[in-house]
Amino acid sequence: MARRLLKLTVNGRDREDAVDDHALLVDHLRGIGLTGVKQGCDAGECGACTVLVDGEPRLACITLAASVEGQRVETIESLAQNGRMSRLQAAFHEKLGTQCGFCTPGMIMSAEALLRRHAQPSEREIRAALGGNVCRCTGYVKIVESVQCACAAAAGA
Amino acid sequence: MDTSAESRVPDALRERSIGRPTPLIDGIEKVTGRARYTADLPSDGALVGMILRSPVAHAVIVAIDTSRACAIAGVRAVVTGQDFAAPYGVIPIAQNEWPLARDRVRYRGEPVAAVAAVDRETALAALAAIELRLEPLPAYFKAADARAADAVLLHEKKKGNVERDVDHAFGDVDQGFAAADLVREQSFHYAEVAHGQIERNGALATYEPERDRLTMQSTTQVPYYLHLTLAQCLGMDSAHVRVVKPFVGGGFGHRVEPLNFEMVTGALARAAGGVVRMEQSREDSFLTHRGRPETDIRLKLGMKRNGEITAVDCEIVQRGGAYAGYGLVTILYAGALLHALYKVDAVRYRGYRIYTNTPPCGAMRGHGAVDARHAFEAMLDSMAEELGLDPIALRRANLIVPPYRTQNDLQVNSYGVPECLAWVERASRWRERKGTLPRGRGLGIACSHYVSGSAKPVHWSGEPHAVVNLRLDFDGAITLLTGAADIGQGSSTLLAQVAAEVLMLPLARMRVIAADSALTPKDNGSYSSRVSFMVGNAAMRAAEALLDVLVNAAAKKLDVSPADIEWLGERCVVRGTDRGLAFASVVTAALVDNGPVTVKGTWSAPPETQGGRLRGAAVGSTAGFSYAAQVVEVSVDQDTGAVKVEHVWVAHDCGFAINPLAATGQVHGAISMGMGQAMQEETQYHQGLPLSPNFLDYRLPTAVESPPIDVHLVETIDPLGPFGAKEASEGALHGFPPALTNAIADAVGIRLTELPATPDRVLDAIVAKRRKDRLDATRAES
Repeated sequence: MARRLLKLTVNGRDREDAVDDHALLVDHLRGIGLTGVKQGCDAGECGACTVLVDGEPRLACITLAASVEGQRVETIESLAQNGRMSRLQAAFHEKLGTQCGFCTPGMIMSAEALLRRHAQPSEREIRAALGGNVCRCTGYVKIVESVQCACAAAAGA
Repeated sequence: MDTSAESRVPDALRERSIGRPTPLIDGIEKVTGRARYTADLPSDGALVGMILRSPVAHAVIVAIDTSRACAIAGVRAVVTGQDFAAPYGVIPIAQNEWPLARDRVRYRGEPVAAVAAVDRETALAALAAIELRLEPLPAYFKAADARAADAVLLHEKKKGNVERDVDHAFGDVDQGFAAADLVREQSFHYAEVAHGQIERNGALATYEPERDRLTMQSTTQVPYYLHLTLAQCLGMDSAHVRVVKPFVGGGFGHRVEPLNFEMVTGALARAAGGVVRMEQSREDSFLTHRGRPETDIRLKLGMKRNGEITAVDCEIVQRGGAYAGYGLVTILYAGALLHALYKVDAVRYRGYRIYTNTPPCGAMRGHGAVDARHAFEAMLDSMAEELGLDPIALRRANLIVPPYRTQNDLQVNSYGVPECLAWVERASRWRERKGTLPRGRGLGIACSHYVSGSAKPVHWSGEPHAVVNLRLDFDGAITLLTGAADIGQGSSTLLAQVAAEVLMLPLARMRVIAADSALTPKDNGSYSSRVSFMVGNAAMRAAEALLDVLVNAAAKKLDVSPADIEWLGERCVVRGTDRGLAFASVVTAALVDNGPVTVKGTWSAPPETQGGRLRGAAVGSTAGFSYAAQVVEVSVDQDTGAVKVEHVWVAHDCGFAINPLAATGQVHGAISMGMGQAMQEETQYHQGLPLSPNFLDYRLPTAVESPPIDVHLVETIDPLGPFGAKEASEGALHGFPPALTNAIADAVGIRLTELPATPDRVLDAIVAKRRKDRLDATRAES
């Protein structure tokens, strides 16, 4: 099986790893210890593996690691800085945007991508942006509230 | 001695630990990605476990030849059904499933053999090298086919493939119907649905050959049943088994019984003499199944002109799948919970749980009672229409006044239906809007209820129903040890809140160690919404015991009688004086002579709540029923049959909201799951082959179509619940499907008797109604 050296910027740090040509991004990231990237389905159905590639949400479970060569990859592990949760993380924690927590990393990364594009989205825009992230616990009410709370915190800052 | 004076904190100003919205104590791990679920556990060098599944739905196993697989380099273990010592099943009297099939396979996808290998490719090659010789048998995919007189039996001694039949009658049913002004009968059909927890199944098993010890970490809701079942199936001394529950990504009932892959992983680890990781696919979750069965219901209701129910006659058939699992409990729940929501004095119930060649069904959120509740609430709505009664008024004609003993010996001690109805009526502006909305838009209502823990445990061992330990050592932290499995519902948070409240200490002083069978006291698991009520009560009692130790230590140190100590949590004082001790000094005093303190709190459901003497009466019995009412508003596209839920107003009687944040979240989740079942979810099979074992074809609700849900928590302060609390996560689910179809009836005049209400079914009903309306009009003209 063919292997290659893969250069990526992962959570702000350049790295180079030997990977199989057919390795999926989700397996590569989890393999280097970023187990915040979850897999809940067999291929691109649930959104739990959502990471940002050059700032855009991407399903890591249907992305070949080799296909993002040289790009910037961000996972849930990058959001908390210096022991402080990001606004989205704090809001999801305080507003119970997370219950079992399994969809949460992907959900937060999709929301993160949205808020970078659009600091004050409408509820409809939030729901649309999270439409590919399936949660079985919350009915999405507190997830939407969490995103709104993070927006309000950002506006107030 | 610390005797510095400090003003006592008036109770009203004290920071309470209960009754306030409290983020999950393990929430930070979840939002930062640090939470480790089973698949995230470090396991360098673990072997890869994989399972071979049956390609056919029903066959005799003539031979399984594993010799070629064993010969492949890198294969470390191959196991079959012959490697297990005993079958399993969560109900002690119905254990008819082997972790890997022996002698016969009974559904397509049933595990038949398993391998452990150095990597995935080798494991796949080994599976491909296993030779199965199967002799096909006739297979039955519908309950009616399995019940046919000439059908081959799936299990010996189960005539007609009936796993369990129930025939219960309470009160004078015939007299009830005779006394009715209106009698109606209707048949209903419900699709099979699945839990759809987002985390896939998995297990990590470590076997130490030198000691014959097995440690299992797994995606389970019932670590102690799993512990016992591992010992049983592997023929091991249970003292050599340890089960640890990591973070678990939801359960909803899928994981309330030990599942085949767990025992298989244990067997592989033992056979390989090392560590085996089993990662299951999403398709595997659907095959493991344990979901809500396909169900047929025939319901007959008798009613007075004022809406008072005079008699209920119900027959339910459930397609149970290939093995027993929780089946007999499911079919009993369906009948038992016809009672205890309304005052019904005459109820006949016949239930049939049928074995079929489909994946085994099991417990799913709202276990047993969801489909029957739809039938019941749908008929209340249509009969209200016939009688010209408001559907809320009709329900008010049938209310219970607690304390109340149902005909089937269930005990109702608190009952919030009146408050729930009042709130949803007001919040939805029911009176102004019902009947005045434009065509295509409608409002529907339904009530529902559920148990706060089954009053009789599945394993009737005579042990207390719940046990909590509290530990206090030199550091002044209070460690709560519980076997209860937090699977996202927030049970660890709730238990910490309860103990902190009793001790009047800040939540920050508490730490919780949960669900490790080597460390924590046995707990039956997270099912039947038992944890808040039962384990909450145990936590309360443990905290009271610790408080007793602390007060005694403080009294001794201050040289007064314990009755003179006023406990304020972080401080205590001698009543009426300013002499006192800081908490740290009390801890030091408590450890003198005795060392670290460990106390225990236990709780059991009182005997009068454990059901009557009838066979099967334990099912449905509970120390506290939760209640709910909800109004659903829909719009229906009459050209496409598409239904949109515009809004949900739901009031849930949870007794007392120990954590209103989590309780509200649980109600949201219940509504969402009810909505998935009511509108779109449906497992489908072709000759036993699942057609939708993935989240594209089996579509869970997404954020896009999910409605706003307004939740109101009604607090009836149950006399037996901890601080009056009851369950909050299941009761509201049952009401959604009927509130939805009642709203659709209000919007477009069709009454759906089949769920889910897919656009196809809705459109068919609309077209049929148009045709009928035209025919009726033509007849009227001629």
